[in-house]
Amino acid sequence: MGEVMLEVQALDVTFRRGGDTVRAVRGVSLDVARGESFGIVGESGSGKSTVLRAICGLAPTTAGTIGLKGTSLATPRPADFYRRVQMVFQDPYASLHPRHTVDKVLAEPLAIHGFDRREARIEQALSEVGLGSDFRFRYPHQLSGGQRQRVAIARALILEPEVLLLDEPTSALDASIQAEVLNLLDRIRAERGLTYIMVSHDLAVVAHMCDRLIVMQHGEAVEELTRAALSAHRATTDYTRKLLSASEGYTPA
Amino acid sequence: MTTISRRDWLLTDRPASRRQARLGQIYRTWLTFRGNWLAMVGLAIVLALIIVALFANVIAPYDPVIGGDLRTARFLPPLTGNHLMGTDDLARDIFSRIVHGSRLTLMVVVLVAVIATPIGLLVGTSAGYFGGWTDTILMRITDIFLAFPRLILALAFVAALGPGIENAIIAIAITSWPPYARLARAETLTIRDSDYINAARLQGASSARILWYHVTPLCLSSVIIRVTLDMAGIILTAAGLGFLGLGAQPPQPEWGAMIASGRRFLIDQWWVATMPGIAIFVVSLGFNLLGDGLRDVLDPKARK
Amino acid sequence: MTPLLTVEDLRITFPTRSGPSEVVRGVSFTLGRERLGIVGESGSGKSQTGRAILGLTPPPGKATAKVLDFDGTDLRDASPATWRKLRGARMSMVMQDPKFSLNPVMTIGRQLVEALKFGAGETRRQARDRALAMLEAVQIRDPERVFRAYPHELSGGMGQRAMIAMMLVTEPDLLIADEPTSALDVTVQVEVLRILDRLVTTRGMGLIFISHDLRLVSSFCDRVLVMYAGRVVEELKASDLDQAQHPYTRGLMNCLPKIEGSQRPLPTLERDAAWAK
Repeated sequence: MGEVMLEVQALDVTFRRGGDTVRAVRGVSLDVARGESFGIVGESGSGKSTVLRAICGLAPTTAGTIGLKGTSLATPRPADFYRRVQMVFQDPYASLHPRHTVDKVLAEPLAIHGFDRREARIEQALSEVGLGSDFRFRYPHQLSGGQRQRVAIARALILEPEVLLLDEPTSALDASIQAEVLNLLDRIRAERGLTYIMVSHDLAVVAHMCDRLIVMQHGEAVEELTRAALSAHRATTDYTRKLLSASEGYTPA
Repeated sequence: MTTISRRDWLLTDRPASRRQARLGQIYRTWLTFRGNWLAMVGLAIVLALIIVALFANVIAPYDPVIGGDLRTARFLPPLTGNHLMGTDDLARDIFSRIVHGSRLTLMVVVLVAVIATPIGLLVGTSAGYFGGWTDTILMRITDIFLAFPRLILALAFVAALGPGIENAIIAIAITSWPPYARLARAETLTIRDSDYINAARLQGASSARILWYHVTPLCLSSVIIRVTLDMAGIILTAAGLGFLGLGAQPPQPEWGAMIASGRRFLIDQWWVATMPGIAIFVVSLGFNLLGDGLRDVLDPKARK
Repeated sequence: MTPLLTVEDLRITFPTRSGPSEVVRGVSFTLGRERLGIVGESGSGKSQTGRAILGLTPPPGKATAKVLDFDGTDLRDASPATWRKLRGARMSMVMQDPKFSLNPVMTIGRQLVEALKFGAGETRRQARDRALAMLEAVQIRDPERVFRAYPHELSGGMGQRAMIAMMLVTEPDLLIADEPTSALDVTVQVEVLRILDRLVTTRGMGLIFISHDLRLVSSFCDRVLVMYAGRVVEELKASDLDQAQHPYTRGLMNCLPKIEGSQRPLPTLERDAAWAK
């Protein structure tokens, strides 16, 4: 394996709501090499999205360390972190500001980080995700779900990050649109040598997109698999086998 | 042909510039607003108030402060001679006084909106966005202001600052921001954990930037609706302070003060107090209708 | 066998700023006591088709049909009284999200008993026993607890099962399930489908299963209608799905990634304007 890009060690995330404490993530460790695509699979409540949110600082790290290229990350994250790590959210209907045009959505990160050649960068980002420049001044409500997700991907790419965190990027999309977005993500990774961490409940999507993956249940990583092992259905735990058989469709009891 | 193409240019799904996108959005809002005739009536009243206030010198036939002949021109009933609404105890033309009084009313409305709205927005969005201690402290302060009836609190402030229209405006502004803070906080709480705010955080945006560029625009419409609906109450509070002698001072033609001075003659010379009363009623109604209309257009939650 | 439901030339129109827009354009099918799947992407009109059968087209939409016959009853101009007699008692609908379909301020038990009271006249005690039996039938392990619980106290899978119980407690002849398992985890999804499956085979219920998931529908249903832009573009037996003729159906099948490994890049669906004609 090449140089380690991102390393998570014994991560614990605990939320306090009123008197209750919820241990959403318990002792999860993973390491992702530069240029690798890593998957996290699990059902709702397994803590898979919380791992992503902890990496980018949206969820509190109760214990454990998160390191980027060998340096441990401080909380709150330094401004420079957000130029290197970006995220694409699950629901394209909720991740774009309803009153901002595509142009404003893309100009905002450039303004925050003081980039030059903003016009050219916006045009380039739009064409890279397959949206022409006539989408530039539209509002989110004038876009379809697939187009919105392309805008969200453009927003993540415009800062030229090294790591992209993908939180179920296609689960809210129709199957045919999902294929287009997955192809887009695949192409961008090849072109830019990006590192992906992708969260999904869909084993087939992860098998298509990721080189390695962990399976999470109740906040813990129960199994780590390579793509080859997953494709050959060589799972060692019952839970993964159950997920595999359920994703084949319905089988009468 | 040009009108049709202009309409298409505004309503296009693929605008070609920032300006076209923004204008198109405004035009769409206007189209919905135009369909509500009561709101249009409200808008017409408010526009009329603004025009009357701007051109008071041209519209008013007489001086609002200097009266006519005290022996012959006192208490002339409406429609006598040139006096559309009659004259008062000092032989001043009531119509001219109301026309000039619209300037004071408009000043109250504009200044209160300009002072109270930003305070309310700032306090409310900060409290909602930061939460924790910030929220507790800011909201308890808000609660203290909310605990007193507005007119009583305004009375206390004017009593401390001294009577006069400027102090009345300051007092009303100080007492009217808390509901806007509450509203902005509630609105902020529903959006602060949304993915588009998270996305802004992940771009490294500072809290101030998120509050100003991302949160405030979404709170603005409901606060504007609330401010518009409150305008009637603000005009009445200003009139109330004037009526109690704590707002505008004689001989300023303030509508509330006019009612107060006309009150003594209500039985025999009813028009002296009634005419400014009608003016207050019409303008309050106008703001209420406008606010209702804006709510239908801007607030998606109230829509059926 | 006479069909349970006959639909011929169903059309649903919604008025818009630029004139009426037809979201369902001439859908025809018959349903026996079987599992019929309706598959399509968002905007294909599949959900509106399901709603129209129950007379639940949201206003200002208008549904018209040449024939809309449910077991001898013409549904086209059914009176409110007829609908009250049919809905709940003889035909029901399960929606995607139980959160929106269960009354949040009533316990599950009360809602079940309420549903029964409208269905058949019987005593409170009998209704309660039947409600509990139904909760057990949908594989709820602790029916007494769920009976007393409010909807927010249940997990997603539990809530969905409670709703299915509510829709089925009156033993309808026709159940329309609109994405009944999309909000559920795959492992729970299988259990819910087993319940539906058993009801079709043991009680002879007719089921219309509306979903975007071609793989799931083909493994669960007997027959599949594929909808595109308000039309049925293909109707085929679920087992023959891999022999689908229509390029849209084939495109939908091909663009799904597979665990065993798939083509890279994934084949995408080239939409042909002629399909929507």
